[in-house]
This record gives sequence, C-alpha cells and structure tokens, in this order.
Amino acid sequence: MNILGISALYHDSAAALVIDGQPVAAAQEERFTRKKHDSAFPREAVQFCLGHVGLRLSDIDHVVFYDKPFLKFERLLESYIASVPWGFQSFRAAMPVWLREKLFQKDLLLREFSEFDDGFASADKLLFTEHHQAHAASAFFPSPFDEALVLTLDGVGEWVTTSAALGSGNKLNVIKEIHFPHSLGLLYSAFTYYVGFKVNSGEYKLMGLAPYGKPRFVEAIKSHLVDIKEDGSFRLNQSYFDYVTGLRMTNKRFEQLFGRPPRRPDVDDLEPFHMDIAASIQAVTEEIVLRLTRSLAKRTGQRNLCLAGGVALNCVANGKILRDGSFENLWIQPAAGDAGGALGAALAAYYARSGRPRQTTPGRDSMAGSYLGPEFKDSEIQSRLSAVGARVKTFTHSALVERTAEALANGKAVGWFQGRMEFGPRALGGRSILADPRSSTMQKVLNLKIKFRESFRPFAPSVLREDVADWFELEGDSPYMLLVAEVRNERRVAMSDQEENLFGIDKLNVCRSDIPAVTHVDYSARIQTVHQDTNPRYHELLTTFKRRTGCPILVNTSFNVRGEPIVCTPEDAFRCLMGTGLDALAIGNCWVAKDEQDPALAQDYSSAFELD
Amino acid sequence: MKSFIAELWVYLRARKKYWLIPVLVVLALFGGLVVVTQGSAVAPFIYTLF
Repeated sequence: MNILGISALYHDSAAALVIDGQPVAAAQEERFTRKKHDSAFPREAVQFCLGHVGLRLSDIDHVVFYDKPFLKFERLLESYIASVPWGFQSFRAAMPVWLREKLFQKDLLLREFSEFDDGFASADKLLFTEHHQAHAASAFFPSPFDEALVLTLDGVGEWVTTSAALGSGNKLNVIKEIHFPHSLGLLYSAFTYYVGFKVNSGEYKLMGLAPYGKPRFVEAIKSHLVDIKEDGSFRLNQSYFDYVTGLRMTNKRFEQLFGRPPRRPDVDDLEPFHMDIAASIQAVTEEIVLRLTRSLAKRTGQRNLCLAGGVALNCVANGKILRDGSFENLWIQPAAGDAGGALGAALAAYYARSGRPRQTTPGRDSMAGSYLGPEFKDSEIQSRLSAVGARVKTFTHSALVERTAEALANGKAVGWFQGRMEFGPRALGGRSILADPRSSTMQKVLNLKIKFRESFRPFAPSVLREDVADWFELEGDSPYMLLVAEVRNERRVAMSDQEENLFGIDKLNVCRSDIPAVTHVDYSARIQTVHQDTNPRYHELLTTFKRRTGCPILVNTSFNVRGEPIVCTPEDAFRCLMGTGLDALAIGNCWVAKDEQDPALAQDYSSAFELD
Repeated sequence: MKSFIAELWVYLRARKKYWLIPVLVVLALFGGLVVVTQGSAVAPFIYTLF
C-alpha cells in the first residue's frame, strides 16, 4: 500500500511517502524552493518522493493531509466569538484567506494533484488526519517500541495543543488532551517574540540563550502567566497574551509584568535581561514537561516514551526527561515539527486502512537515520558542479575520507555533502558543515565567518556511538541530535576565578573543555551519536579523524548560512562555499577547495536571508 | 460546491455544532458579496451595509 502524506499551507510544508508501512522518502519544500519554512503546497517535495521510487500519483492508494481544516476553522470562529469585539482585527485578517482558500482545501489539493497526474481523480483517495494524531503517529509508528506512551506538544493544531496517547502495536489511543488557548508551544513562542526572535523559527535560539541567564523570572511567570497543576496540566492567563484576538503574541500587561517592551531585533542588543528571560521560560517549560511525564508514567506504568510536536525539538528539556528516569527509554521523532506531520499522517492512514500488524526491531527505529531526502550520483555531482564553473578533484571513497579528516584536523571548515538529505530540521552528516571541536576559536569562526549568525549560538557535536560515554554524560543513543547532556568532568578544563566571574557571551570564549567548540557555557552539548549502520560514510570519517587526533568528535552544524534552508543540491552547496568562509567541500567523491576556485565566482549572500 | 456543503453538513452533525450555521451563513453571504462587488457596478451597494 502506497501512501503519500502532506503537510502544507501553514508552515514547513513537506511530503512523505510510506510504502507498506515503511517511510521511504520525505522532504521539506523549503529545501527545493530555497524559501525558509515555505508554506506553499509541496509540489517539488511530492515530485521528489514519487520520483525516488519511480511511482506516479495514480499509483498512490491514499494522499493524507496532516490536519482537518473544518475543525481548525471551528476553533477560529469560536475563539473570535468568545472574544467579541476584541478579536475583530485578527478576524478581518484571517477570514479572507479562509473563505477564499483554506476552507476549500480539499478542492485545492485535488486541483494540485490533477496537475501531477490526471489518474488521481478520485476525491475518496484524499484523507485528513487530525494534527496531533499525525504528530503522535510520527512519534510512535517509526519508533522501536511495541508499546509506549506518546506525548505530543506544540503550538496548536485544530484544538489540541498537548496530547498523550497509549501506543500499542498498530493502534494509538488518546488518554489526555489540553486544548487551545492553553499551549506550552505558544507560551514558549510568546517569549521568543518578546526576546525579539521570529515565532515558529527562533525558538531554538531562545533555548540556546537560556544557559547564559539566571532564571529569576520563574516565580513571576508561574504566579501571573501560567497555572501549573501537579500532573503537568496547565492554564495560561489570557489577560497577558494577544495571540487569540490580536496580531501579536503578547500585550501591554505582559510588558508591564517584566518592565520592558519586546526587544526590537534590528535595533536593541541582547542584554542580560533577555538571557534571564530565556533562562526563566526554559526552566518553566522543563517543569511542565517533567510534571507531565512523571504523572503519565505513574498513571500508565509505561517504561517507553515517544515524543513529537515542535516542543519536542527542545533538546534541553528532552535531556532532562531522560535523566529524570520516569521512563527507561525515550524516542523522539527527528522531524518533530509540522514537517513530520506529513510522515505521521501517512503512517496513521496506513495502519488505520490496512489494519496490518506493525513490525518492530528492538533498538532500531524505521527512520533509516532520517536520511530520507534526495541524493545524487557521483557522476551527476561532477557534471552539476562543472556546469556552475567549479574546479573539482575526484578521489576514491577512502581517499576522500582521509583528505577530509586531514583538512579538519588542520583547522579547516568543510562542507560535507554525502548520500541522502536529512528529513527534519537537523543536519546529521548528510548536509553538514564540519570542523574540529578541539579548537578554541572554531565557535567564533563558524558563527561569524561561515554562518553569519549571532556569536552566542552554540554548536553541536557528532560523536561515534561507541565513544559517546567517554566524553559525555550519556549512555544511550541520540542519533537525531535531540538530547542534551553534559561534557564529562574529566574532559572539562577548570576555569580561573576571574573566568568563573565572566558573564554571558564573554564566558563562551573561555576554553571550558577539551572540546570547547561544542561546549556550552553550562558544559552542556547537543549530541548526535553516529551509527555505522545508518551512516557508514560519516562513521568512517569520524573514525579516521579519531585515528589522526584521538578525538572521535566533530563539530556538526547545518550546511547553510543564517536564515537559509539547508542545502539540497550540489549547486546550493557550491554557492554556499563561494559565499562564505568555508574552506572546502567533500561532495560525493569530489573535493572542491575554495582556494582553487575562480575568485570571480565568489558572491556575498550573507544578507540574502532574514534573521530567525 | 455541492460536495463541500455536504461535507460541511457531515462535520456539523458529527461535532453537533449546529449553532455555527447562522455564523457560517452570514460569513458566506458577506464573503459572496465581497467577491461579487469587487470592481463591479454593484460596489456601492455594499457601502450602505457598513
């Protein structure tokens, strides 16, 4: 049975193809159109999914959309009616789009599909899942567990903002829901907006800023903004927020509570105040999540936990769940945000329609390392690079790995473009920029000369799975870079009293461990364990780097500049090389050294993309 | 449009949200009016409503 899942029309459009219950292809539209968080119908992602396995749309048994438009419209109408007349401004902005387009999503989707293939004419083939059903399916069905508690947390779907379900075999039964406007995702987004980052994309920056601050606003948040119950249920005090009725996340009362207006991103500096705000909302988020997981573990007796929804990308909170011990095993969908809804929708429909049993392999999920995107043959890479004027050297596979490891050990930053592109927001060694984590200057160099982004942003380590426990306080797998753990004590470097007293970003520049480029100010690191079975080439590179340097770790950051979608094609990668301070590309079996290229091809595109 | 209305009816029944019908009817009328009057001779008609 061939099922195509679609998420679209809100943010992070994507398509995912599931054949007989196995995810075989998935990609976000932004990677093809080069528009970050592209919300348009995912034409190119659909084309890729079908082309990858040589199917036509008429070969697809069902296309499944990841939410239910009527239910969402119901939520909008009821929210506006409940807040008459204050919601008129928002009502006026939302209604034209809904009455013209979104309410008629079925027709719109069928029209789009008919452009692909006239054979897909039957409206019966088009199905809709609920938003959180899609998230829960994306978290449970690909997981390695036969049974698990499935927790989904995000901004909002139709009505649901938080859901807990019991997954067993090929079934999911919902046991708890929290409804709009009470939303942990929207609470976090409100603070993202307040600190001057973009809602729906800057949340991870708020999380990265948190370790610099002190959580001195926790009591203010808990006593005024959110009422947290013992079991993790929560209610947001709407008199401080504007997202239900207005066009902003927070209102004047919210500003008065903290004593300042929202930070203007292009005008105001990030100050210790903003870091304290970030630390406070992060602490409150962790408290809610931990109360939820503890109470649900107690209630259900489950030992396995699956997570999805945008809040599941909060890897600091995820690390705390793991260390809390309420659950023995934790699996997080790598595309936990709305893009992953496409995959979840397809999987939910597959098990509901086919009724076939679900096969699991202990310790191994069915995401294939999340390498579900496009790939290019070596010959195609060579011809595409030649067409854009690149000067390329080709090597055998092992020689290229040696060359890359040597360059990295010599302090170079290398664009690593190998195999299939990752599905989800993280680069996992398919489309990554790599560097030596032992360098004390690498964090600054990568941030300012290559990524063109704020210097406070930490980088993440990729580490050989076999060696993770020697370097970090982590025993298990973290293949999708969704868990944070601390650098082990013996790898830390003691700071002088003077260094201890440094504050904020100044502290980041102090060498705090043997791997300073990936050690955050609180000694934490967002870890990716690299596994031989899912990414043998990247595993080999790390092994070679370890042989040369004794260090089984590399800095792994997404292959893009600030605000740009991660590169998808060889041309994107070459453009990034020529527009940044990257030293070389290792792409397929090709080596592209920056200093051997025609300088006329260099271009400055650092300001071509908006800040998150 | 026929299938859309049929689906809307199925949804209203399943969710027992019959009270939304008048809201939807008003929205449809105004929505239709806005579409019909865009750049047409009927445009002044809408001004008397607001």
